[in-house]
Amino acid sequence: MSEIALKMDGVSKKFRKGEIYDSLRDLIPALTGKFLRRSDHLEKEEFWALRDVSFEVKRGEAFGIIGPNGAGKSTILKLLSGIFQPTSGSLSVNGTLSALIEVGAGFHPDLTGRENIYLNGAILGMKREEIQAKFDQIVEFSGLSEFLDTPVKRYSSGMYARLGFSVAAHVDPDVLVVDEVLSVGDLVFQRRCLERMSEILTGGATVLFVSHNLHAVAELCSRSLLLDKGRVAMIDRSSAVISEYLTRASGARRERGGPVEILSVDVRSESGETLRFQTGETVFVEIELVAHEAVSRVAVVLDVLGEDQYELFSTSTERLGEAPVDLQKDEHLRCRFQIDLLLAQGSYRLGAHAHRYDLERSYDSLVPACTFYVSSDISVRGAVNCRPRLLEQTRFSGESSSPREN
Amino acid sequence: MRAHLRELMRYRELLRSLTWREIRIKYKQAIMGILWAVLMPMLVVSAGILVKYAASRLAGTEFNTSQVASISVRAVPWAFFVAALRFSTGSLIANTNLVTRIYFPKEIFPLASVGAQLLDFTVASGVLLVLLTALRVGVSIYLFWVPVLMLILILLVAGLGIFLSAAALFFRDVKYLVEVFLTFAIFFTPVFYNVDLFGRWAKVLLINPVAPILEAMDAVIVSHQEPQLAWLAYSAGIALVFLVAAYSFFKRSEPMFAESI
Repeated sequence: MSEIALKMDGVSKKFRKGEIYDSLRDLIPALTGKFLRRSDHLEKEEFWALRDVSFEVKRGEAFGIIGPNGAGKSTILKLLSGIFQPTSGSLSVNGTLSALIEVGAGFHPDLTGRENIYLNGAILGMKREEIQAKFDQIVEFSGLSEFLDTPVKRYSSGMYARLGFSVAAHVDPDVLVVDEVLSVGDLVFQRRCLERMSEILTGGATVLFVSHNLHAVAELCSRSLLLDKGRVAMIDRSSAVISEYLTRASGARRERGGPVEILSVDVRSESGETLRFQTGETVFVEIELVAHEAVSRVAVVLDVLGEDQYELFSTSTERLGEAPVDLQKDEHLRCRFQIDLLLAQGSYRLGAHAHRYDLERSYDSLVPACTFYVSSDISVRGAVNCRPRLLEQTRFSGESSSPREN
Repeated sequence: MRAHLRELMRYRELLRSLTWREIRIKYKQAIMGILWAVLMPMLVVSAGILVKYAASRLAGTEFNTSQVASISVRAVPWAFFVAALRFSTGSLIANTNLVTRIYFPKEIFPLASVGAQLLDFTVASGVLLVLLTALRVGVSIYLFWVPVLMLILILLVAGLGIFLSAAALFFRDVKYLVEVFLTFAIFFTPVFYNVDLFGRWAKVLLINPVAPILEAMDAVIVSHQEPQLAWLAYSAGIALVFLVAAYSFFKRSEPMFAESI
């Protein structure tokens, strides 16, 4: 088999906005026209979802695709899985391809979990004996053995997705295409999904991974592609691509025109790492700003936000006991904070604000300024990691010093 | 075409699963259960008996049990035809989720609808068998024609279903057109009457490819006669040609399903 598992060569895809036809009256021109015409120009109401996309993925490689909503990520996956045909360009897939695009899409709400496992397995191209052989594994992976005979309409959305992923993850394809499935399920399950994908990778399969969970992309994929408005913006090592993406994303959200401009927010550890840290690691955050006009009594705030933009932690020069400073026009100010990342595993963002000490006036905000990931060997739920250690777990019988029995 | 058929063969497991799914869903949370399979043909038969009885009263002829048998053997396949066509037409639209998200040969949907209706047909046939025995219709060598007739009917409805499901995906009017058409189609198809009734106009009625099949059903089961081979060949020809044409249309438009639905 060839070394290249997936290949796209100059692929473009256009879509129409709005309704395609109004009535049967348009049938004849539409059918004759549509099949013959694959022109390169845009009709009224049409737009390019993908434009001239080329990339290659080697066998056994994990390849990430990131980009803002509407960049065309899912379109790439649907083209590769054969649901869409490209308007121009060519693509090839070596070997069987299985797509985890919205897991559980094939579930029927009235059928039980058990019935849906068989149905979904068949939809994903598994033979009946194959499903039977893997049935116990699938059930165990999903952790839903108690609810196997419950119709899935009574499942919670998390259970639904877990069952969907469990079936899909047990298909043995040469190429596995994964779209945003990790956004469901709790942390433990997400962890399991990532492990399972690593397993599939170790088994020699190729994984194409689309996600907004940059942490997972960084962890799983060696190379990534940044897609922007249907075009390839960058293909490189995942860490480089992710930071490029974040730079672009933060640039877009900038509030400008104030008297003070926050120039940069950098986070780095003692060893110089800027993206991935360990729980409890000490890092330094440097915020630099410039005054475009003379301002009085500036205080600088540092925020740590969760993936959902929820503020987890906030401090400021003022809170730390520093007096607000006056800045002349064109004068720069640099603040260096040291923080201990007592955070749970996940991705976080930093934000910075400059305002007058009494909050009367906000000078500038940069949120999110940069993103970083925290990994941990200690599994916890929630945003903070208090670094728990289990010191004792002992079973007792009857006459013990412990007031409680198990 | 060969490649498409090979692919379809690879997915026969899925065809089975989806057929089974349609059957399961239909009978889940339905109190009447399997009675549904008998209800539709029973209504057609009752309506037919009523019409026939009224007609013989007017004409002053005798109304006998062989007429009941004749209507029944026509009504059961007809009910299958109507239901299979109705469900297969809507099959792609009803599965938008799968059409837009997962790749597999989509003709499986209309085919599964036809397959699911076959189960209903089988159940109804069982009841029909009891009825025919009660009416003392008797057996003959010509009964061997029945599977052949059913095969032609299945091919015909599969072709129509494949074509209409794709057409309905692009234009929702198709679904309503089919509904309207099926409501009145019974008057243009020899279910309540024999085509002989119309003398030399019989040929016009037999142009409807379902008509020769129903006529033949009546002939081989109730009258113990050879069917009209020429007309039957015509039906089979139409069914085959249409199936091939519909399938190639379906496969040609399949790449556009996901974005047009």
